[in-house]
Amino acid sequence: MSATNHAEESYGHGTKRSYLIGFILSVVLTAVPFWLVMTGVLTPAATAITVIAMAVVQILVHTICFLHVNTRAEGGWTLIAYVFTAVLLVIMIAGSVWIMYHLNTNMMPGMTTGEVSYTP
Amino acid sequence: MFDQSLAKTIFGRLTWESFPYHEPILVGTFAVVVLLGLAIVAAVTKFKLWGWLWREWLTSVDHKKIGVMYIILAIVMLLRGFSDALMMRAQQAIAFGPNEGYLPAHHFDQVFTAHGTIMIFFVAIPLISGIINLVMPLQIGARDVAFPFLNSLSLWLTVAGALLVMASLFIGEFSTAGWLNYVPVANLQNSPGTGPDYYLWSLQIAGLGTTLSAINMVTTIIKMRAPGMTMMKMPVFCWTALCSQTLAIAIFPTLTAAFAMLMLDRYLGFNFFTNDLGGNPMMYWNLVWVWGHPEVYVLVLPVFGIYSEITSTFTGKRLFGYSSMVYATVVITILSYLVWLHHFFTMGSGASVNSFFGIATMVISIPTGAKIFNWLFTMYRGSIRFELPMMWVVAFMLTFVVGGMTGVLLAVPPADFVLHNSLFLVAHFHNVIIGGVVFGLFAGIEYWWPKAFGFKLDRKWGLVHFWGWVIGYWVAWTPIYIVGLMGTTRRVRHLDDPTLQPWFVIAAIGAVIIAIGIAAFIIQIAVSIRNRDKLRDTTGDPWDGRTLEWSTSSPPPPYNFAFTPVVHDLDAWYDMKQRNAGRPKDGYLPIHMPRNTGMGVILSGLALVLGFAMVWYIWWLAALSFAALIAASIAHTFNRNRDYYVPVDEVERTERGRQPLLTAGA
Repeated sequence: MSATNHAEESYGHGTKRSYLIGFILSVVLTAVPFWLVMTGVLTPAATAITVIAMAVVQILVHTICFLHVNTRAEGGWTLIAYVFTAVLLVIMIAGSVWIMYHLNTNMMPGMTTGEVSYTP
Repeated sequence: MFDQSLAKTIFGRLTWESFPYHEPILVGTFAVVVLLGLAIVAAVTKFKLWGWLWREWLTSVDHKKIGVMYIILAIVMLLRGFSDALMMRAQQAIAFGPNEGYLPAHHFDQVFTAHGTIMIFFVAIPLISGIINLVMPLQIGARDVAFPFLNSLSLWLTVAGALLVMASLFIGEFSTAGWLNYVPVANLQNSPGTGPDYYLWSLQIAGLGTTLSAINMVTTIIKMRAPGMTMMKMPVFCWTALCSQTLAIAIFPTLTAAFAMLMLDRYLGFNFFTNDLGGNPMMYWNLVWVWGHPEVYVLVLPVFGIYSEITSTFTGKRLFGYSSMVYATVVITILSYLVWLHHFFTMGSGASVNSFFGIATMVISIPTGAKIFNWLFTMYRGSIRFELPMMWVVAFMLTFVVGGMTGVLLAVPPADFVLHNSLFLVAHFHNVIIGGVVFGLFAGIEYWWPKAFGFKLDRKWGLVHFWGWVIGYWVAWTPIYIVGLMGTTRRVRHLDDPTLQPWFVIAAIGAVIIAIGIAAFIIQIAVSIRNRDKLRDTTGDPWDGRTLEWSTSSPPPPYNFAFTPVVHDLDAWYDMKQRNAGRPKDGYLPIHMPRNTGMGVILSGLALVLGFAMVWYIWWLAALSFAALIAASIAHTFNRNRDYYVPVDEVERTERGRQPLLTAGA
């Protein structure tokens, strides 16, 4: 309605350069995990950690290059919302993993439900 | 044989046996509901109100009307949820020793499940949404919410969910698995009936409405504040609404996902939450409580905002510690996400997990305590007017603090190991939900009723309502604290120890006192409507308020403000009154407004049919209604006739019409 302050509207817009950088980084961050898994140069544990780390980096690349989250878009609200979401997701996922790990160890001894077994 | 399979294709698992005609209690209820329904339909037809109902209410996208409809839904569902409470209290008061009471176990289980589900999802949440809808846009000087159609859709999806729960009363059965439909009871092998399916579908539909509504409110607060209203000049109620609805956006997807996985378990033989084949029931508890604890704050934060507005208005002072109130709210928003495990300390986590979540829980009481002190300091040396809303605030502070203290007690893991799943816990959460949320919502209804309808509520019946609830609460729940501390567990239909009986009898008496309070509330509304001319609010500012909603007429015109107000100070309307800012009398402009649409009702109706068909395995109807749902949604996107301009002469007429009232009032 007319109460909306149109002067404040500032959506993030990408440039050709940012899309290109995002694309190349995404390709690299996808290809490297594939290569690691298919060749098996690292130990399984190291591979898993690298793959997860690259996935997280890829999320950030998408956010910055494709979703244009920066400090200016929407007067900073986009960034605040993003950081808030990230905090909550970390709390929820880390908390759930921690809790379920405890429950599995304490309540289901001898069972490996939900645990990754690294058989070569 | 052929007939049977044909019937199965057409009606799924719905048969004559699905209707509980052999249960006298349900048949009696059904008769009353049908008679009441027929009476309403006859009255609406007799006074030729169908067209008016459709045009002015059902299709309305006006945030004030949607707010009012949310509140009506909540009050109707409160009556249902409270009937369940009375049934449980009656059963527990008599079922001792040889007396088995009057409720069979299976029925009792449905009653406590329905009571919890309805009270949280269809009473508390709609009341919160309703009051935020009604008040928040007025407080920030906006003409409607950011997405008016979405608002209508959210309301009707919630109504559809409520209807589905109500349908389970007379067609089939409701879940017996507790208010969050816990596995393993809700697994298919343990509950092959329709109960958990009713639960899941009605809450998925209503939950969608709640999520969409939350997105709408957050967008409105961030994007549509009046010029000059920076975040730190925003009324506290809007701050608490912002935090509460942000939390709702964050947590409802978790609940939806948990329910969706349980649906896959029940419908397609997945094994997310089963006991075998790699499933893990404990993960369900983990996920629903990731939603469940922040949900408490989704409910209580806006209510803290209501208390803040009322305290400040009725003490005639600026709120003490506005910025600390805001920061406390934000801190609670984050902390509320760090405590969910305290709902299952006893499920087998080790000491490190339990102590982390126990301490986090205790920490939350610090910002909450800060709020209590802020209200006390606002009242200190203020000229307090003990109007009804203020009385609710005082009752809240006295009641809620006790609930808070038992909460901190339960946050100590060793103490929780003794009290887990006892009636002490049940008394604790009723203490904070009734003493905190419900009292606050009644305070809000008393406070903003004149704004919504243009006349105050009757004080005499308001006092009966108030004392009924406050005395009733203490009489009903103090004995439950006591028996809980002695070790009585919750959700029990029959007890052997006769020495406990007096406590349950007292609790039942308390429930009856609360019933008097509820009846007085309904009478209060009826009496106030009858005496509305005497109770008329001509000024638009009956309480000498401080925030923008009191600057416009009561009830406000559809466009709220002829001119968007400009804000210079925290208590914007108080500031305007101090500076004798006059009301603009000419130079009106056409006002851009959203147009009504029936699509919210239609989509929700289709969602209701879809839910019902899925509950009863009527696959053809489910497929059909799902296809119709998608088609109607797409069709609506082509509807370009969504807005209009209120012409200048109509604005002029409305605003001039207010002048004689103001003159008469002054």
